[in-house]
Amino acid sequence: MIKSILIIGAGHNSLVCAAYLAKAGFQVTVFEAADRVGGAAITREFHPGFRVSAGAHLLYLLDEGISRELGLESHGLSMAKTGMDTISLDPGGNHVRISGAGVHGVSAQDQAAMKEYHRLINRFAGVIGALHNRVPPRMGTTNRVDLLALARIGWNIRKLGKNDMREFLRIAGINMFDVLQEKFDSELLKGALSLDGTLGTFLGARSNNSVFCALHRLSNGGRYSLPAGGMGAVSEAIAGAARANGAEIHTSRPVKSILMDFDHVSGVELESGEKIEADYIISGADPKTTYFKLLGPQNLEAGFAHRVNNIRSRGNVAKLHLALRGVPEFTGLDASLTGERLVIAPSLQYVEHAFNHAKYGEYSAHPVLEITIPSLHDDTFAPAGRHVLSANVQWAPRELKAGWSEAKAAFQETVIDTLAAYAPGIRTQILHMELLTPQDIEAEFRITGGHWHHGELALDQSMMMRPVPGAAQYATPVTGLWMCGAGCHPGGGVMGSAGRNAAQALMKSVGKSVGEIRRVKET
Amino acid sequence: MRTVHFDSREHYKNKVFPSPFHSRQAELNQKKQWGRWFDYLSVNEYYCETMEYFAGRNSCGVFDLTPMTKHLITGPDALAFLNRLVTREVAKIKPGRVGYAVWCTDEGQVIDDGTIFHLREGTYRMCSQEHQIDWLSINAVGFDVTIVEDTHDVAAVALQGPTSCATLKRMGLAGVENITPFGLDYFDFEGTELMVSRTGFTGDLGYELWIHPDYAETMWDRVFEAGKLHNIRPMGSNALELLRIEAAYIMAGEEFMPAMQTVRPTHTRSPFELGLGWLVDFNKPNFNGRRALLSEKKNGSRYALVRLDIEDNKAANHSYVYDSKGKNIGWVTSAMWSPSAKKNIALATVEAPHGEIGEDMKVEIYYQRELKWSRKMARAIVVKDAFWNPPRRRQTPPADF
Repeated sequence: MIKSILIIGAGHNSLVCAAYLAKAGFQVTVFEAADRVGGAAITREFHPGFRVSAGAHLLYLLDEGISRELGLESHGLSMAKTGMDTISLDPGGNHVRISGAGVHGVSAQDQAAMKEYHRLINRFAGVIGALHNRVPPRMGTTNRVDLLALARIGWNIRKLGKNDMREFLRIAGINMFDVLQEKFDSELLKGALSLDGTLGTFLGARSNNSVFCALHRLSNGGRYSLPAGGMGAVSEAIAGAARANGAEIHTSRPVKSILMDFDHVSGVELESGEKIEADYIISGADPKTTYFKLLGPQNLEAGFAHRVNNIRSRGNVAKLHLALRGVPEFTGLDASLTGERLVIAPSLQYVEHAFNHAKYGEYSAHPVLEITIPSLHDDTFAPAGRHVLSANVQWAPRELKAGWSEAKAAFQETVIDTLAAYAPGIRTQILHMELLTPQDIEAEFRITGGHWHHGELALDQSMMMRPVPGAAQYATPVTGLWMCGAGCHPGGGVMGSAGRNAAQALMKSVGKSVGEIRRVKET
Repeated sequence: MRTVHFDSREHYKNKVFPSPFHSRQAELNQKKQWGRWFDYLSVNEYYCETMEYFAGRNSCGVFDLTPMTKHLITGPDALAFLNRLVTREVAKIKPGRVGYAVWCTDEGQVIDDGTIFHLREGTYRMCSQEHQIDWLSINAVGFDVTIVEDTHDVAAVALQGPTSCATLKRMGLAGVENITPFGLDYFDFEGTELMVSRTGFTGDLGYELWIHPDYAETMWDRVFEAGKLHNIRPMGSNALELLRIEAAYIMAGEEFMPAMQTVRPTHTRSPFELGLGWLVDFNKPNFNGRRALLSEKKNGSRYALVRLDIEDNKAANHSYVYDSKGKNIGWVTSAMWSPSAKKNIALATVEAPHGEIGEDMKVEIYYQRELKWSRKMARAIVVKDAFWNPPRRRQTPPADF
């Protein structure tokens, strides 16, 4: 009997999960609320003729193994730009350019320090990255597989050697501010590097856990790319692979609730009222949406529901989309570099001060920006001669004291003022502006709190604690219900690992090898 | 309403409150044996522990249970909330009825036990040994339910013993004799509402009286006035402890460690390990601890709580328990010489698979006579029934003794 699997949401992790399970012979059906696949990895129009990657706008974590195994290139994935440099913009025009271990515009001392920092951080990020494609072990069991996995984590750290291991243990839990302050002089360099640990989080440069976030972000080498056709093209390619493997994907069919038959899940009810049965339900939605909105806490035990309720998932990033008359000119920046990853984070203090506002429910008076101009690399984004600017802007807390409906216009002005300090002519170039606050992101992508990662990435919400103990191995306490989204290990970023891990965990629990299931399907 | 707001800056000055019956208790408390029971001053012993105990078995003892933690649970989801919280089927507790219940962590370990009073359709009072408002609030997420800890808003006494019904009738509570065990009814008392439930912690005929604290003293006076001819006596917590051991009722902190206060992971107990398997209803699709308890039912429990009938008359408090071959298999949790059952009795925790009815065990009793310590290995038999369980406990209407 072929097991039927129903996947809620067609975000990239759901699609990866669907692709692997369909390949293994399961009967897989995906239901997506939006009119296209991709979740927060989509490309859409925001002004007639102007398109943008509306959620994630850079690709830097997609697992190469997944890409290869699913044959994403044969399903149409290609890159418009790879190996993007990061430019730390200086209001005076003395920008700093970071390309991998190399850095221009700083002292020789800083250049040397950067080489060592790059080596170290990449080594440490590798330790974190090695965990990404594995189901996290359970704590406190005597199960041999779990114990071996725990031992492997220990061994990966020990393998760094005495000096690097000490440094790893010293910095992995602390903050970017302290670490960068020890190593560099250039404020522009430090400011830009601190974003590795603070983008997309409720952490300032001085907040502990920010180094851990940086290691997560850099775990795949920290190379930024722009997919041809935007992030939606990545999702389309994965969906193509899933369909080719036999998965059915339905868009514009939102799931309303997960249905229970006594003490196990039996299917879902769609918003349309249609009920669909399945042997397994896998939710790609975030944990709070899955457990509270779709399942209902009444179907959970109270201790577990309490842990889910306590997941920190307040979004902090706004997304700015500008339709421009032409290429914006940044003071002192060589025009050939405008298409790189531009950041406004001129010093560590600037970043920390920007964060301070978020602590008190305010948006940053001088926000941090991560800017891309994808139309410079891909002519499908804007009409000829026109351009699109896409930027992550933070901090913009989900729960704004003043209320977003009241404060949004003023915040837009603040953001454009900030941009104009570096690109003075930009105001006159704007044809159309779209600013997505975390509330807008929550509404558009159906993510609780509008949080990129479906829940803050921090040591206490990672690995066997992600999303919460008791559900960190992709199976949930509710029989038949599984999770595969960014709320699970290893977390957010367009990576796909959570989706693949979930598929593998489910296959293992069904107790059949891929080949076996295939044989059943063929007969 | 007297609900105390502990967020007041002055709360520390008033950590322990006098009970609404305090003026009357102070008069009767000849031994000045005051104790603390959570937020209240409570009497351990009024004049003689033994005499107070005998009032509970032979006439009528009055025990102040105001300090017991009480919660009022209302709202459209009250039943669903309680059903997820406790292991038993709460729908079976009809309006006007009371049910004993136990509630667990997700791991199936007992947090506390208590009683659920279905006061009126959809309105419940839950009484517990321990403070539970934190856990109840955690449980409320996702339910349309209102939970108020109203310990301070209700004055309550237990009236326990064979002449308790006669006393209430003489007090003028017409029809009180028709209340069946675990039933409750309402009466007019000087213009306010008096709730009487046929419940208690003594395993005997007995009632509990619940009223607004403003009427507490008047009610106390009227009860004692009516009980004069029925040998009514105040009863302290020491006497109640003896009565509840005879009834084989378990007590948090003695028979089990409340899970929320337990640090060592193996020191908690499941309902099965406390002999409360009859309270676990797997016909409910979901309740806290269900999965863990299903697995325990399949794979076996670690412990059993047993009732021991021990030879001789030396109370076996704090004794080790051995199997017939002399292997240490557990310990006594509560013990006494039972004057009513005329037996040397104990409740004990033993390791699985021990605990079969009729199983032969030994307890190691240390006892002191004029300072000299002696030790005795006494034979103990596991018995099925509670040590004290008289027919009058169930008889409706009860006879006038």
